[in-house]
Amino acid sequence: MRKVKARLQNRRGAPVVQPLRDLRKLFVKEVRVAHGASPLFRAAPYVVFGATLLAAASVPLLGVTLPTATFADIVVVAGLLALARFFLALAAMDVGTAFGGMGASRELLIAALAEPAMLMAVFTLAMTAHSTNLASIVAYQLDDALALRPSYLFALGALCLVAIAETGRIPVDNPATHLELTMIHEAMLLEYSGRHLALMEWAAQIKLALYAALILNIFLPWGIAETLGAPALGIGLVAILLKLAGLGGALAVVETVLAKMRLFRAPAFLNLALLFGLLGLLSHVMLEVGR
Amino acid sequence: MIAAWVAATAAIGLALAAALAALGAARIPSLLRRLALPLFGLVGVAAATAGTLTLLGGGVDDIQLPLGLPWLPWRLRLDALAGCFLTLIGLLTAAVGIYAPGYVRGFEQGRDSLAMLGAGSGLFLAGMLTVVLAADAMLFMVAWELMSLASYFLVVFHHDQPASRRAAFLYLLMAHVGGLAILLGFGVLAAFGHGFEFAALRAAPLTPGWATLAFALALLGFGMKAGLVPLHAWLPEAHPAAPSHISALMSGVMLKVAVYGFIRFTFDLLGEVHWQWGVATLALGSVSALYGVLMALLQNDLKRLLAWSSVENMGILFIALGLALIFLGEGHAGLGALALVAALLHAGNHALFKGLLFLGAGAILHSTHERDLEQMGGLLRRMPWTGLFFLIGCLAIAGLPPLNGFVSEWLTFQAALQSWQLDSGVLRSLIPVAAAVLALTSALAAAGFVRVYGIAFLGRARSRHVRRARPESRGMRLGQGLLAAGCVAAGLLPTPLIGVVAAVPEQLLGTGLPQATARGWLWLTPIAPEVASYSAPALALALAVAMAVAAWALRRGALRRVRRGDPWDCGFGPLTTRMQYSATAFAQPVRRVFAPLFAVDAGVELEAPGRLRYRVVIGDRLWKLLYAPFATATDGAARRVARLQSGNVRRYLGWTLATLLVLLWIIT
Repeated sequence: MRKVKARLQNRRGAPVVQPLRDLRKLFVKEVRVAHGASPLFRAAPYVVFGATLLAAASVPLLGVTLPTATFADIVVVAGLLALARFFLALAAMDVGTAFGGMGASRELLIAALAEPAMLMAVFTLAMTAHSTNLASIVAYQLDDALALRPSYLFALGALCLVAIAETGRIPVDNPATHLELTMIHEAMLLEYSGRHLALMEWAAQIKLALYAALILNIFLPWGIAETLGAPALGIGLVAILLKLAGLGGALAVVETVLAKMRLFRAPAFLNLALLFGLLGLLSHVMLEVGR
Repeated sequence: MIAAWVAATAAIGLALAAALAALGAARIPSLLRRLALPLFGLVGVAAATAGTLTLLGGGVDDIQLPLGLPWLPWRLRLDALAGCFLTLIGLLTAAVGIYAPGYVRGFEQGRDSLAMLGAGSGLFLAGMLTVVLAADAMLFMVAWELMSLASYFLVVFHHDQPASRRAAFLYLLMAHVGGLAILLGFGVLAAFGHGFEFAALRAAPLTPGWATLAFALALLGFGMKAGLVPLHAWLPEAHPAAPSHISALMSGVMLKVAVYGFIRFTFDLLGEVHWQWGVATLALGSVSALYGVLMALLQNDLKRLLAWSSVENMGILFIALGLALIFLGEGHAGLGALALVAALLHAGNHALFKGLLFLGAGAILHSTHERDLEQMGGLLRRMPWTGLFFLIGCLAIAGLPPLNGFVSEWLTFQAALQSWQLDSGVLRSLIPVAAAVLALTSALAAAGFVRVYGIAFLGRARSRHVRRARPESRGMRLGQGLLAAGCVAAGLLPTPLIGVVAAVPEQLLGTGLPQATARGWLWLTPIAPEVASYSAPALALALAVAMAVAAWALRRGALRRVRRGDPWDCGFGPLTTRMQYSATAFAQPVRRVFAPLFAVDAGVELEAPGRLRYRVVIGDRLWKLLYAPFATATDGAARRVARLQSGNVRRYLGWTLATLLVLLWIIT
């Protein structure tokens, strides 16, 4: 994705595996912790990472039936992400610098506004599939053949906007910024280094992948493995890679074309998402009753 | 059943004994700490035992007391609903009994009357227990008023502070308006049922119009006690004014007694319910949840913040109750049972975590004499145990898995998502909107409690007395620990808990939740396994394993070493504690985004030449809109009547004569 973005900006860009290399390097680097940081500061990366990983594990990626999908439905996934965010924000406030608090305050505002929009989108799906289990929703989508429903389009729009806001991409937040005052997510990580930073960054990347998988597999579920056999999983793998590449390219285009907006424009952005979610729900209730 | 009755009567008796014992504290101040408060612990244990026995026994039993009026004997009744609330009151009371001796020690040198505190809290407890047990309208009202009046004396405990007196007066006033509404509601039922026993009220043949009137009165009365917006004005004033362990009881338990009254009145006594009632309840609940959490986010006074958050949680609870009413009114008894269980579970959860947070706030107040968030900071280092327990409370109240607050919110979501089963399109689109409000509320609550914890316990101390905070006493630690353990246990093992609580809808509505617990203790499947399932133990285990593996993998070899350094200061030299993000600053984006909802008075003042002062006062807009006109009208009327009072004896005699003549004229 960075590669596509660089190309669009007339640069050659780093290789595709560069984020992984960055992580590997961070893992072997020494940790520096600020004076006066409490134990919570050092425990938080593990909580954030664990919760995000667990949330990602519950989202169907290659196959519909997952052993982990039964103990967490979509509301639990949202809850786990909220848990990760809670600890991230607490850790940011721990050292007592101004940037951490600022980042935490802004991140939580955006998250608070994004959450209802996300749940509205999800509820539209759940009301159609009569289930909040992700596996059931995806299975329902596969069986339902290609029915172009207006409610789905609205839900897709809402979920895309929420995903952009939640994962801290342009135009809500800029993951590559180096100016502290414009940071949201990065401001919270300012005091982290070494393996702690690596875990936090990795968690953020997992979260991005999670949202991408969520959007792709719910709205474009074709190719996903319905059985746990090797060939089906292979097809699923190819399909999801292709879909992810497509979505990543689209995101890169969006990030190149748009500029980051002011923080106080973000609520309007998220209200749009909420509006999409509501419209989706209403169109479901009004147009698709009786299915 | 006999054992449950013995335990229940023992609880009330012990509460009264504690009140009596506390009277001695007027002479010997330590009596409260050494005798009365341990008795509270026993009250709690007895009440919890009685409640648990009733819930597990599953029977219903009435007894008639040899007390009351000659033609109207008092009756008590133990059933699953009463048992559920008895357990809840008992658990929190036991924790408060352990916690309070350390807390009230600080009052022993003070001028405040300890006898009043002890006697008031004993009567308060006895009143609450009796309300839950009462089986006729008269005993219910007597106990209700006992509870309200006794708690008035607790709110006014610090009576040398004008704010306390004002809060207590407002509380007394609103408690009585609410009590009057409840009394009228019972009156409607009693007029049709020809009797005051609950059995007679239950059999009352009501027309829909009268039933709706009775419901409206009950919603007004119990809603006022529960602090639903816009009937909430007393709550954020009165709860912070009382001593902290009493605040915990008021917020954790007394509001639940109001919920108990509402459930008893609506689901048990009224008989057939209508879905329109559910819509009204749902709307009130949604408004309360959102308004409560937004106001909580802006408060800087820790205890007032917690009180506003109680408004929010009552809102969530009434959302669930509204859903239950809608489903029942539309004839979906199973879904109604699900929503009712969600409400009951949230009541229990809120008692646990709000009690815990108020006790934590009390510990901070005891150690630092500080309630203002702006002065706190870094308390985790000074009070590590309170810090740990407070963190658990914050996680639970923010509705994060795998703790208990999440379970009840999840159940509420699941109930809301079943709205596709309803026939009416309006309801089908209305309920998800309420669910979106719930989502917004829980996300804002998470933001609010990050703010509280981050400002109070993390960072660096913002004032000298907070930097020198003393650690809490052992009893205070134990009391909080008990509640924190309750939060974790209820979060990790929700399925057995729901299995027990499901006895309540089984008795009230005739349907339990057999499918919720069908797949063993590990899985919670409220409707069906393929619709939604949640496994808190597995989730917690997986989380722990993921964290442990990550920690193990990264901490091998030479990497263990951690170097300490200064935080990033942009190259401008060392940071001071005043450069930290403050509580007001943290809430500023929310204040700005939701600006139309608040009455904010902010500005910069010039204090002295060269000294600027930033001032923010957050007012309750509803107060100005709804209450202030009442107050001015009452004041105006009173002033007009006061003209009669001229101080002239002859004129008074004249008025008396004129009244007498008018009365005589009316009689003839």
